[in-house]
Amino acid sequence: MERKRETKVGELIRRLKYNKSAVFGLIFVLILILCAILANYIAPNNPTPSPPELFKSLKPGFWSKHGIKGMPLGTDALGRCVFSRILYGARVSLSVGFIAVGIALLFGITFGTIAGYYGGWVDTIIMRIVDIMFAFPALLLAIVIVAVIGQGLDKTMVALGIVYTPQMARIIRSSVLYIKEMEYIEVQKAIGSSNWRVIFRHVLPNSIAPVIVYGTLMMATAILDCAALGFLGLGAQPPTPEWGAMLSKSYTYIVGGAWWAATFPGVAILFAVLGLNLLGDGLRDILDPRLKT
Amino acid sequence: MKWYITKRLLMLIPVLLGTSIIAFSLMHLAPGDPARTMAGEHASQKVINTIREKYGLDKPLYIQYGIWLNCALHGDMGRSIVSNEYVTKEILNRFPNTFELAFFSLILAIVIGVAAGIISASKQYSILDYTFMGVALFGVSMPVFWLGIMLMMIFGVYLRWLPISGRISMLISYHKITGFYILDSIITGNFAALISALRYLILPSIALATIPMATIARVSRSSMLEVLRQDFIRTERAKGLSERLVIYKHAVRNAMIPVVTVIGLNFGLLLAGAILTETVFAWPGIGRYVVNGVYMRDYPVVVGCVIFFAFIFVIVNLITDIIYIYIDPRIHYK
Repeated sequence: MERKRETKVGELIRRLKYNKSAVFGLIFVLILILCAILANYIAPNNPTPSPPELFKSLKPGFWSKHGIKGMPLGTDALGRCVFSRILYGARVSLSVGFIAVGIALLFGITFGTIAGYYGGWVDTIIMRIVDIMFAFPALLLAIVIVAVIGQGLDKTMVALGIVYTPQMARIIRSSVLYIKEMEYIEVQKAIGSSNWRVIFRHVLPNSIAPVIVYGTLMMATAILDCAALGFLGLGAQPPTPEWGAMLSKSYTYIVGGAWWAATFPGVAILFAVLGLNLLGDGLRDILDPRLKT
Repeated sequence: MKWYITKRLLMLIPVLLGTSIIAFSLMHLAPGDPARTMAGEHASQKVINTIREKYGLDKPLYIQYGIWLNCALHGDMGRSIVSNEYVTKEILNRFPNTFELAFFSLILAIVIGVAAGIISASKQYSILDYTFMGVALFGVSMPVFWLGIMLMMIFGVYLRWLPISGRISMLISYHKITGFYILDSIITGNFAALISALRYLILPSIALATIPMATIARVSRSSMLEVLRQDFIRTERAKGLSERLVIYKHAVRNAMIPVVTVIGLNFGLLLAGAILTETVFAWPGIGRYVVNGVYMRDYPVVVGCVIFFAFIFVIVNLITDIIYIYIDPRIHYK
């Protein structure tokens, strides 16, 4: 069993190598993960110096003759190093992405499997609730949830997790519906395997492909939505170095010519989301060619 | 067909009821006491209690919901706690602004997105194809508010070509008839107001259009490629039809079905994007209204806006499904 799984992973990596955009995506994502893990070591400055060093406020970076030394991407309005804050921001965005998608996976798989496997009235009820949640634009629902449970990073994770649950449930349900009709499932039932055994040993392991693909793409969305909430002031609270919040605190200064503090956090978001999208698309082409759009 | 539309309209009722229950109960579970907000910081307990009674905030939640629903069905979604204005009236006042923004963005996204997709597909693996798809890939990965800020910075602050925030220049007199600035200025023949309204519209609609544009371009391309591979296209080429006729008359029509789905699905993204775009450009629409409502814990405003958004969203999905029938006569709904 163990060996077989390894060869599967090996095969996945081998096929990933032939997909150029997926390789780029993977490299982007790995860089992002490295930044997040090593932020303590590679960030040149403290991302949240206290008290704020206001005399360094809005200084340009390496491109300018008057650039401030040791802060390659300049400083924000409170004199903090933009580069260091972006590195620490990778940590924030990735953890929000992982946990939000984790919550969505946990509940989405649970409800999706129950709905798809058992069908009947359970399915009807779950899918009606999913339909209702789909009537809200995702970001709006996240805003409302955050308004209720309060602001902050942990709350952002929970809100996004709730918002993505119906999407995941729908994906899992359709996958389970498909697998349920397979002959090997019928065989399992015929030899008297319990429902639990069929679900955990046969149905779920076979619906792992859409989980990986959509989980990756959902991470990209989660990073965007986390930044959007931060931008609206409803996500991470100051002084947390969160990319969206960094933008919202800096963009009013572009009128005075300080473009860097509002530009680079956005580039970081773009880079992260692009990487995850490329990787997700590549994984989809490999794991599930039927889903190709 | 008629029966199908009636059935779909009836199915909207439980969905809208569900959304209103979710929105209503969520906002009432929220911390923060609206009665206290209304009374002000230094109000006595007695004043707070009076306010609580006046607005029915002392009753159990399901009764509050019942009262609210009854009023909402009569077109009254309560008054704002902060400004004391009727929520329905405020939403309808702002709706034309959000509509103009969303409408122009959608048109921009569809026209450019579909065109780029078709060109990319008909010249697969050309430099043009790679350029369009590269740009589209960046487009889907971009945070809309950042794009808005960048456009503002380049075209507003540095080049000074376009205004960066607001709906229309304050120096221009404008006569309100329908609330749709562009329509009104055309009706009244107010050329200066029309130019100003359009100039204020350009940057926000480009920002808002980019993500759906990129998605539409990607889907149009892959759908076109699929159709171009089919037998009937080969037959048409074989019988000597010009490439142009093959692509624009026969392939495009068949390729547009998935594109319509994507446009419908993207409308939700467009509404969410409108919330952000309106915040960046200080656009006086519903998106900014709901965000301010959340900041101020203005329950009636938030519930009203959320239900309004959900309503628009489900209606658009219905329209998308109906459009299918027109573009693909093979689809029959029962």
